[in-house]
Amino acid sequence: MLRRVRQIAAFLCFSLITLLFLDFTGVSHSYFGWLAKIQFFPAFMALNIGVLVVLVLLTLIFGRVYCSVICPLGVFQDFVSWLGNKYKKNRFRYSPALSWLRYIILVLFVAMALMGWGGLLEPYSAYGRMASNLFAPLYRWGNNLLAYMAERADSYAFYSVDVWMKGLSTLLVAVVTFVVVAVLAWRGGRTYCNTICPVGTLLSFLSRFAWLRPVIDTSKCINCKLCERNCKASCINIKEHKIDYSRCVTCMNCIDKCPKGAIRYAHAAAPAAQTEAAKTSADGGRRGFLTVASLFAAGSWLKAQEKKVDGGLAVIEEKKVPVRNTPLVPAGSDSLRSFTAHCTACQLCVSVCPNDVLRPSSSLSRWMQPEMSYERGYCRPECVRCSEVCPAGAIRPITVADKSSIQMGHAVFVYENCVVNTDGVECGNCARHCPAGAIQMVPSVAGVPDSPKLPVVNEARCIGCGACENLCPARPFSAIYVEGHGKHSVI
Amino acid sequence: MDKKNNDMNRRKFLKLLGAGAAVTSAAIYGCDSKAGKSAAGGGTGEIPTDKMTMRTNPTTGDKVSLLGFGMMRLPSVGGRSAREGNEEIDQEMVNEMVDYAMAHGVNYFDTSPAYCRGMSERSTGIALSRHPRNSYFIATKLSNFSPDTWSREASIAMYRNSMKELQVDYIDYLLLHGIGMGSDGMKEFNARYMDNGVLDFLLEERKAGRIRNLGFSYHGDIRVFDYLLSRHDEYKWDFVQIQLNYLDWRYAKQINPRNTDAEYLYGELNKRHIPAVIMEPLLGGRLSNVPDNIVARLKEREPERSVASWAFRFAGSFPDVLTVLSGMTRMEHLQDNLRTYAPLKPLTEEEFAFLQDTATLMMQFDTIPCNDCKYCMPCPYGIDIPAVLLHYNKCLNEGNLPQDSRTESYREARRAFLVGYDRSVPRLRQANHCIGCGQCNPHCPQRIDIPAELHRIDAYVERLKQETL
Repeated sequence: MLRRVRQIAAFLCFSLITLLFLDFTGVSHSYFGWLAKIQFFPAFMALNIGVLVVLVLLTLIFGRVYCSVICPLGVFQDFVSWLGNKYKKNRFRYSPALSWLRYIILVLFVAMALMGWGGLLEPYSAYGRMASNLFAPLYRWGNNLLAYMAERADSYAFYSVDVWMKGLSTLLVAVVTFVVVAVLAWRGGRTYCNTICPVGTLLSFLSRFAWLRPVIDTSKCINCKLCERNCKASCINIKEHKIDYSRCVTCMNCIDKCPKGAIRYAHAAAPAAQTEAAKTSADGGRRGFLTVASLFAAGSWLKAQEKKVDGGLAVIEEKKVPVRNTPLVPAGSDSLRSFTAHCTACQLCVSVCPNDVLRPSSSLSRWMQPEMSYERGYCRPECVRCSEVCPAGAIRPITVADKSSIQMGHAVFVYENCVVNTDGVECGNCARHCPAGAIQMVPSVAGVPDSPKLPVVNEARCIGCGACENLCPARPFSAIYVEGHGKHSVI
Repeated sequence: MDKKNNDMNRRKFLKLLGAGAAVTSAAIYGCDSKAGKSAAGGGTGEIPTDKMTMRTNPTTGDKVSLLGFGMMRLPSVGGRSAREGNEEIDQEMVNEMVDYAMAHGVNYFDTSPAYCRGMSERSTGIALSRHPRNSYFIATKLSNFSPDTWSREASIAMYRNSMKELQVDYIDYLLLHGIGMGSDGMKEFNARYMDNGVLDFLLEERKAGRIRNLGFSYHGDIRVFDYLLSRHDEYKWDFVQIQLNYLDWRYAKQINPRNTDAEYLYGELNKRHIPAVIMEPLLGGRLSNVPDNIVARLKEREPERSVASWAFRFAGSFPDVLTVLSGMTRMEHLQDNLRTYAPLKPLTEEEFAFLQDTATLMMQFDTIPCNDCKYCMPCPYGIDIPAVLLHYNKCLNEGNLPQDSRTESYREARRAFLVGYDRSVPRLRQANHCIGCGQCNPHCPQRIDIPAELHRIDAYVERLKQETL
C-alpha cells in the first residue's frame, strides 16, 4: 500500500518534471514549474529558505522520501532498476556503507560547487541535462512528425520546431551521465544515490534521525531475506536485523515484500550509531566508480536541422558566432557573476527558450551554464520564459515591461561587414527591427544626406536583445553584433 | 461603382461580344444538356472529347482551342509547381497531362525559355514530340530579360535554342516577352528588340516561315503597348498576349496605378482586329482561391461549377480571344478547365454585370496582387517573396488576419497566421529578412512595391507576435 502510494507520487513528479524539459510551448511551466523549484540543490543555490526548511522537516519526519519521490534522477534509477528486476529477481543484497567514499565525494563536490561546476554531480541538474539533451530531441522529432501530419490535415494544432545540437560537451556529459547512472542502477539499484550523490549524502545525515521509518519486528521475522534481496539501497542487514537509515530512501519495497508483515513504517527509538563494517568488500569496490570508458560515438545523430537550399532561392549561408568579449546572459540574471554563482546548469531555460537563443557554454569557467547567442533567433521582447522557469535563482523572474528596460549588452557596428559597404545596397534592417529604437540610419558621408545610410547605435538605449544581429543580412558574420555586459543595468 | 458606369459597360460588353457568337455557343451548349438524374455532379461527370470550343486565327486560319496549356507551372516530382523548390519536373506527369489535354481538344501550348527555372521548353518538347507536328501549336517567347542577353547574338541564340529544346523547325506563335517591364519600360524594350535589330530579324524569320505568327506579351508600361500597336500597319502583329480577367477588367489601375485596365487593352486590340491571347485568367490562382463570401456568391448561381470556371468563362466570352492560357500543375486543374470550355457557355450580359459586382466586392479585400509568377526570384538575400505574399493573401481570404485582440476568433486566427507562416516560408526566408534593397521591384509584372509590402507584413507579424494589436 505505502509502496503503491510512493510509486504513484514518484511517477507523477517524474513525468511532470520531465515534461518541463520537453514542453517547448511553455504551457506546462505555469502549472508545474514549482516542481523544479522544490529541488534541493537549486533551492539551495536560490537561497530559497522556505523550500529548504520544508525539505529538511520532510526528511526528519519521513526519511529520504525526497530521494524516492521528488528527485527525478532517483526515480529514473528506480525505473532502470525495475527493468533490471524483470531480468533477474531478488538480485540485491546487503552491503556495508562506503562512507569514506561518500564524504570524499561530498568534499569534492563542495570544491566543484565553489568553482561553478556543482551541477555536474547534483542529481536534478544531471537529470535535466539528460532530459534536455537526450529526451527532448526525441520528443521534438515526434512533435515534428505530428506537425507534418497536421499540416496535411490543414490543422494548426501542432507546429514544427528546430532540433539542433546546442553544445557538444554538454551532450557528451549527458550521454556519460545516462550511461553511468543507468549501469549503476541496473546493477545495484541506488548506488549513485548512496555513494556519489551529494544531496543524498546531505540528506542521509538527517534521515538517520527520521521520526518515521521502516522497522523490523524481530519477533515476526523469519530471516527469509526477501526484504534484503529487494532493497535497492542495499541497506537492510537481516543477519543483524538492522537497517542503515542513512541509506534508506524510504521506498517501502521491503514492507511490501515481507510475507510476514514483519516490517512496519513507524516511529522507533533512534538506534545506536551504526557500526559500519570496516572491511571493504570486493563487491563494494565494484559498486563504486565504474570505469566509464565506453564513450558513445554520438557525433552525427543529433545533427542540426538540414539546410534547405532550393534552386529558385538564393543560398543562405549560416551565421557564425561572433567573438563576444563578455558573455551574454539573460535579463533577470543581474550580473554575470551572480548568474555563474547560482546556475546549476540544469538546462531548463535552454529547453524552454523558444527563440533558440540559449545554449550551454563550452567555456571552462561557466561549463554547461547557458549563454546567449543570436545566430538562430533573438531574445524577443514578448518572452521572459527563462526567467520564469529558473529554479536556482540564476535568472530572477521579470516581466515583459522589466525586460524592455534591462540592458544585458549593447550592439556594436562592424562597417566592414555591412551590406551597404559590401553590396552597395540600402538596408536598414537593424534599425527597422530594433525594439528599443536604439539604432538610427545616418548618411555614410557626414553632411551628404543622399549618401548611403549606415546604422549608428545609441548605446544608452540598446538593451542587447540581438534583433539587429539576428536580422542583419551580412553572413556569416553580422555587421552588427551584441557585446555582453558583466553587470546588467536598467535604462 | 455608379450605375451609369455599369450600364455603359454592359452595353459595351454586348457590342464586344457580338450577338452571333453568343447564340451559336448557347445552342451547342443546349444540345448537351440532359434531362433526368445524373450519376455524377456537373463537377465530376465525364468530360466530352469533341466539344472543345475552337477559335479561328484570322491570318493563318489556325483552329485554336479556347483552352491553351500554359507550361509555366508544370508539376514537379514533389507534386508542387516545378518553379518552387529545387525539384525536377515530373516528366511522366507532364506527358500524361499533355496527352489528356490533346485527347480533349487542346492544341495550344505556351512556354518560354525562362519558365520552370529554364526547364519548361525541354519538357514541353519531350511531351509534344510524341505527337504529330501538325496536331499542336507551339507558342514560345524571346525571353531576353537579363542585360547579358540583350546583344543580337545572344538573343538569336536564345531563339535558336528554343527550336532545339522544343524539337521543332518552325514555331507557330513567337512572342516578344513581357514588353513594358523593367524600371523604364520603353528604354528596356528598345534595348531588347530595337537597338540590336532583333525585331527585324524576327520579322524576317516570319517571312521565311520559321515563325508562323509573331506577337508580343505585355506587362507594365502602357507607352510600349501603345507604341507597338501604333506601328501595327508596319509590323502586322498576328496576335497579342494580355492579362485579362474580371478583376483586371476595370480594376487593374485601381489595384496599381502603374497598370492598365484590361478593358482598354482588349479594346485597343479589338479595334485593330488583332486576336488576343489571354494570360492570368485566374490571376495566379487569386480568382480560384477567394474569400468565403465570394465562394458562396458564385456557387449560389452555379453550385456544381468551380469558382475558377467563372474566371475562365469571363475570359473566353470575348470573341476576339484566340485562346485562354492556364498554367495547370495538376490533372484536376486541367479537367476543371476542360469542363468549362468543352464547350464554353458564354456569359450573359447579366452574368457579366454580376462578375463586375463580384470584382467590386473583392476589391474590398486588401489582397496583394501577386500571381506567384516568381519573376522577382531569386531574391539575393534569400527571401521567398511570393510565398510570403501568398501566405498573407491566404490568411486574408480565410479571415485569419485579426486586426484586434478583442475579436472573438483572435487566438485561433493568430495561431493560424503564425503557425501557417512558418509552414509556408522557412524562417530565414521570411519578410523580416527583407533589407529593402528593391532589386526585385523592376521584375514584378504586377508592379507591386515588394519591399513596402514585405515590411508591412513584417510589421503586422511583429504585432501579432508581441500581441500588441
